Amino acid sequence: MIVEGKQKIWADYQKDIPDDHYYYVRSCIRQSFFPASEVTFLDITRNKLGKDFYENPYHTTCGGIAYHSDSIPQETAMTIIARQFALMHESGYENYVCSCITSFGCYTETLETWHEFPELEAKIRQYLWDSCKKEFAKPKYLAHSSDIIYKFRNEIAAKAKYKLVNAKTGKPLKVVEHIGCHYAKMFPSKGFGGAEYPHVLVGMIEAWGGEVVDYPERRHCCGFGFRQYFVQANRGYSMSNTYKKFESMEPYEPDLIITNCPGCPYFLDRWQYVIAEQTGKTYGKNGYGIPALTYEEVAGLVLGYNPWDLGLQMHQVAIEPLLDKMGIEYDPKAKYKGVNNKDLGTPENPVNIKLM
Amino acid sequence: MTPSYDNTYTMKERNVLIIGGGPAGMEAAHQLKQLGFNPIIVERNDKLGGHLAQWDRLFPTSETAEGLLERLKENIKDVEVRLNSRITNIEKNAETFHVTLSNNKNFDVDAVVICTGFDLFNAEKKQEYGYGIYDRVITNAELEEYFKTHNDKRIDEPQRIGFVHCVGSRDIKVNNTYCSKVCCATALKQACEIKDEFPDADVYCFYMDLRMFGKGYEDLYLKAQKDFDIKCVRGRVCEVSENIEGKLVIKAEDTLLGTPMKMTLDLLVLMCGMEKSKGADEIQKMLNIESNKDGFIENLGAFVGMNKTKEKGVFVAGACTSPKTLPDTIAEARSTAMEVYHYLCNN
Repeated sequence: MIVEGKQKIWADYQKDIPDDHYYYVRSCIRQSFFPASEVTFLDITRNKLGKDFYENPYHTTCGGIAYHSDSIPQETAMTIIARQFALMHESGYENYVCSCITSFGCYTETLETWHEFPELEAKIRQYLWDSCKKEFAKPKYLAHSSDIIYKFRNEIAAKAKYKLVNAKTGKPLKVVEHIGCHYAKMFPSKGFGGAEYPHVLVGMIEAWGGEVVDYPERRHCCGFGFRQYFVQANRGYSMSNTYKKFESMEPYEPDLIITNCPGCPYFLDRWQYVIAEQTGKTYGKNGYGIPALTYEEVAGLVLGYNPWDLGLQMHQVAIEPLLDKMGIEYDPKAKYKGVNNKDLGTPENPVNIKLM
Repeated sequence: MTPSYDNTYTMKERNVLIIGGGPAGMEAAHQLKQLGFNPIIVERNDKLGGHLAQWDRLFPTSETAEGLLERLKENIKDVEVRLNSRITNIEKNAETFHVTLSNNKNFDVDAVVICTGFDLFNAEKKQEYGYGIYDRVITNAELEEYFKTHNDKRIDEPQRIGFVHCVGSRDIKVNNTYCSKVCCATALKQACEIKDEFPDADVYCFYMDLRMFGKGYEDLYLKAQKDFDIKCVRGRVCEVSENIEGKLVIKAEDTLLGTPMKMTLDLLVLMCGMEKSKGADEIQKMLNIESNKDGFIENLGAFVGMNKTKEKGVFVAGACTSPKTLPDTIAEARSTAMEVYHYLCNN
């Protein structure tokens, strides 16, 4: 591995991100999968970094899942996106930040398509007017929310309570970075580091003290792949993709997987349970799996948030071995306690993968 | 009708500037000298030969590059050669050109022959192949260097070797849609040579089409398969990565079997194609010569005008106008010399 070669590529694929005043758009599925990620993002950016983030309560899904599943035509997806842009414009913002990688891909694809085919943009303007009586302005800047954390990764490191370092040995944790396919594979110039060697998560890992694992199936899809999972008959294919990735990363003995896509942490997390149940194999040590976290969750851990406030009990793979490695203090009994100490119920223990 | 020229003037007083001291420049100079002119080769490097000087053996006959280079050099031993020289200005004055070199020396010439050749495609641009990222991904030029010196730590008893054809050629993603003409034959030549060196190694060539069009090329293709057991896979490599042992893991598609494939390799050789030499850009500006759609120097057509440019007295030879094999380059240099001869005799 020639590190200088990667650094050269990273230097070539940088993009401008404004310093402040962002319009934030949530994902339609992330709040169900890992419910504290988005609220943690807003808390970090607003309250730790002092940035202005505005949310318009009328915003909706971007339509990306329906678009990529061929349930709606592109013009419909574009009209939904045009409405999102109209809401941003009405709110007085021009820096659009979306939480979802597929949304980021859809917004990028839409803006590029309108650039190449202005007549289509004119058509969508008419559709939006006919359907909603709204007019839109295109964002001045478009960013994924992981781009924002990447931009401020060193500020977060400066405020960090913990590092991605084994507290006992002092050695950096070995961290797998997994980038959502729609981040830069379609438009490499739109992602930090490009498509082949993205830097957006690598930058966070390095800034927070970890060591990046580059393994052969690093670029491979997590297994979600929309139709691979949505079409029930294809779900074996979905899991086989995830299995391929874990078999490939296993020799490196990673401590953690960090992701920037709604689907990736979900499938990299949940399929570990299915693989363990089907084959008896786990990829962490002592019968545990490898935690697959969102970048907001990792940022939250580094900044000293309570792991259970970050919603880490919502992961299938037990988080405790990672917390112990990082030297993070936590109350094991509070894992399944909700607001006001409400008992959330304890999940049943799987046969082959440890839950706690 | 046979041209008839007044030979009363002194040809040797007529200078011809040859820009570039590669095979095209050397051969053009040789022919012009024989025709009685005074060619002056200006070469920016410290030696003659261009890419030929970096190569070990030549397809399809495996004769040494050094042998050919020595013959070309021998032919021009009486020709004025200015090494380590860059042209800083060329100014056209009526029928002559006033040339200024980087050392501020000046001289006048009656005609100019551009022989700036080509640059190898920068393989770093095809990021999926991992050149400059993974140690054991090398270029065709680096393999030739190894054949010459046997000094490359990356080539250490490889057991499985891959060659990727068309790197930077026939590739719309890097804006090079043309074929570089020499890569298919070079890949098979190099595959045979490395198999010769490491007989136990498995050698694979990943190709789009095998364009074995020249004399002896098809024989080389058959020999590679029959005598050297080179395995030709019709499909492109899409991804290269490295495993924990530092070996390369590639993904490709075998389009004849209709299946994706994944393979572990000890060495991957990228067959980098040709692009116009960057050094030609400044020369073109000085002489008001445009580029063609492939980025090479525009000549006056594919047939009878191939040696000429739109500027009177400015000629071209070799790979500066499009990718060419060595035989094509040398043949074109000879025909360019004849065009210069006719031009100067008519002026």
